[in-house]
Amino acid sequence: MSTLEIRDLHVSIETDQGVKQILRGVDLTIKQGEIHAIMGPNGSGKSTLAYTIAGHPRYTVDSGSITLDGEDVLEMSIDERAKAGLFLAMQYPVEIPGVTVSNFLRTAKTAIDGEAPALRGWIKELRGSMEAMRMDTSFAERNVNEGFSGGEKKRHEIVQLELLKPRIAVLDETDSGLDVDALKVVSEGVNRVKEQTGLGVLLITHYTRILRYIHPDFVHVFVDGRVAEEGGAELAERLENEGYDRYLTGSTVG
Amino acid sequence: MSSTIETEKPDTDKTLAPGAGAHSHGADDVPVQTRSERFASAVHGDFPEVTGRELEWRLTPVEKIRDLIDGELDGGRFPAVVSEAAGVTTEWIGRDDARIGSAGLAEERAAANAWSSFQEALAVTLTAEEFTEVVIDRTGEDRAPRAAHTILTAGANARGIVVIDNRGSARLSENVEVVLGDGAHLTVVSLQEWDDESVHLSSQFARIGRDAVLKHVVVSLGGAIVRVNPSAHLAEQGATGELLGLYFSDAGQHLEQRVYVNHDAPNTVSRVTYKGALNGEGARTVWVGDVLIGRTAPGTDSYEQNRNLVLSDGTRADSIPNLEIETGDIAGAGHASATGRFDDEQLFYLRSRGIPEQEARRLVVLGFLLEVVQKIGQPELETRLLAAIEAELAAVAVV
Ligand SMILES: Nc1ncnc2c1ncn2[C@@H]1O[C@H](COP(=O)(O)OP(=O)(O)OP(=O)(O)O)[C@@H](O)[C@H]1O
Ligand SMILES: [Mg+2]
Repeated sequence: MSTLEIRDLHVSIETDQGVKQILRGVDLTIKQGEIHAIMGPNGSGKSTLAYTIAGHPRYTVDSGSITLDGEDVLEMSIDERAKAGLFLAMQYPVEIPGVTVSNFLRTAKTAIDGEAPALRGWIKELRGSMEAMRMDTSFAERNVNEGFSGGEKKRHEIVQLELLKPRIAVLDETDSGLDVDALKVVSEGVNRVKEQTGLGVLLITHYTRILRYIHPDFVHVFVDGRVAEEGGAELAERLENEGYDRYLTGSTVG
Repeated sequence: MSSTIETEKPDTDKTLAPGAGAHSHGADDVPVQTRSERFASAVHGDFPEVTGRELEWRLTPVEKIRDLIDGELDGGRFPAVVSEAAGVTTEWIGRDDARIGSAGLAEERAAANAWSSFQEALAVTLTAEEFTEVVIDRTGEDRAPRAAHTILTAGANARGIVVIDNRGSARLSENVEVVLGDGAHLTVVSLQEWDDESVHLSSQFARIGRDAVLKHVVVSLGGAIVRVNPSAHLAEQGATGELLGLYFSDAGQHLEQRVYVNHDAPNTVSRVTYKGALNGEGARTVWVGDVLIGRTAPGTDSYEQNRNLVLSDGTRADSIPNLEIETGDIAGAGHASATGRFDDEQLFYLRSRGIPEQEARRLVVLGFLLEVVQKIGQPELETRLLAAIEAELAAVAVV
């Protein structure tokens, strides 16, 4: 059972106007098998948290810690984090010209497992995962995310989640841009992976709709670079009705 | 601008804006009004001495190639083994053969020096309407300055591919003429995999007949200084020219290509796609793409692009597209030029899936160059080029 622990995390970025503080003391603990939802206003730093966990070079950790089972994640390179069992489904998946989905996925799988997957089993697994996500298998021969619709890109992220079998996954607005059916398909995918592998999930979202399919054990309200309140699934309902106003008094966001 | 470019401190990511300084550089420039009025001759002495400040030479390390520009060249047969195939004739022809000069004439002094010096030309002629493959294996044996002349002809409706496979050692200045009869479909690949010390200057002129299609591919990987200047004269109605290029410049390597497309008949089509990678101190590339859409060419459809991927510090890529349009009636004309570093977001995405940095870079560069490789349309050659690019990439250090 793995545990991702984030302690008093402070993160800033370089901008043209100078250094900008974004995360101001984030505390979060995610255990395998748990679903955590993070909700919060635009610009509050949710994607920053997600990218910082994954190791994006744009973000500077000023203080605090991230550990996975006691191991210092901040010391790990981007790919080492993935090998350690962390996964980020991105809000804006990147297009990679000239690299086919099938080549990309096989290379990633080989890197994560430390050995190439047996060919026949792998092809079956890839097909099965794409079909489950209602992606035509012709996508395997297309270039990574190139010309994919917004929703197709998100489904492709979950195909990767299913194939790479991480221990903790951060899903950054995976539900945005999905139609009603795709939302169900994607949610089922996440739940299936969780059942099979005991995945822990940090689900960043603006909408409670996805939480009807992926039931959160915890909901965190993220405001101005830190967790402002924590609760159970009922907190999400309340946020949907009341918005973030009562957290915002006295601070400016965005 | 100093006269010896190679002594300039290399800039990183240097991209010249479209047409930047194209007609205004240096006091000694020949005042060329349009590309079509550029002086052409087969005689070395007809061209003025090269100072290195000319439009045509200012980006080339001329001091290192004086012997090829002005020196005496050995005009004997350059080693060439031509594969045999049905419907293909191969012969060495004399200087007075009528075919010589049928696709064009030299436009600068080094090409003219080669033209003045060669004793016999290698003529390869394709006549079969069935697709025919020809490989001209040219393995250079020494570094004596040499001249060569080659004429590739595809008769009316002939189809095929000719690969000029350059390896070994050479100091070579040459002209390659390509003649496409009406309705011919010909692919010409000029593959430069010379050794590290070699120097190669090649002017390649194509004349494309009615409804004929030329695919011309320049692949420059090996050699100290390689300058290949392909031009395509879309001379008859409905002619098409697809000009592709692929280059990978390592430390200290100068790879140059000056492309010229001359739309000179109605409803002609051209596509120019050149892609290059640069890695290592002093890696240098030059791409110039001149497209002329003449008054004689209504209905022209033209697009040219050059993209360079910079893999390390200390490199310099010049990329200069020039579009001249003399008619108002065109179907389309555009150009694009970009020189950039690795896309950090692409690297991050791949690495966030566990792919190590070196492997991620390899995938991105291969992906970038693959677009051109895949357009060649000859599977064995594509496989070989992939392996050659992989070998180049093996030398790329993690920065
Ligand atoms: N390169 C940058 N330059 C300036 N500001 C930046 C830059 N990158 C991020 N920011 C700022 O950092 C803050 C946090 O951004 P982040 O993307 O983490 O927000 P978010 O909570 O994910 O928002 P959303 O709900 O809209 O996805 C925002 O105010 C954003 O404008
Ligand atoms: Mg976000």
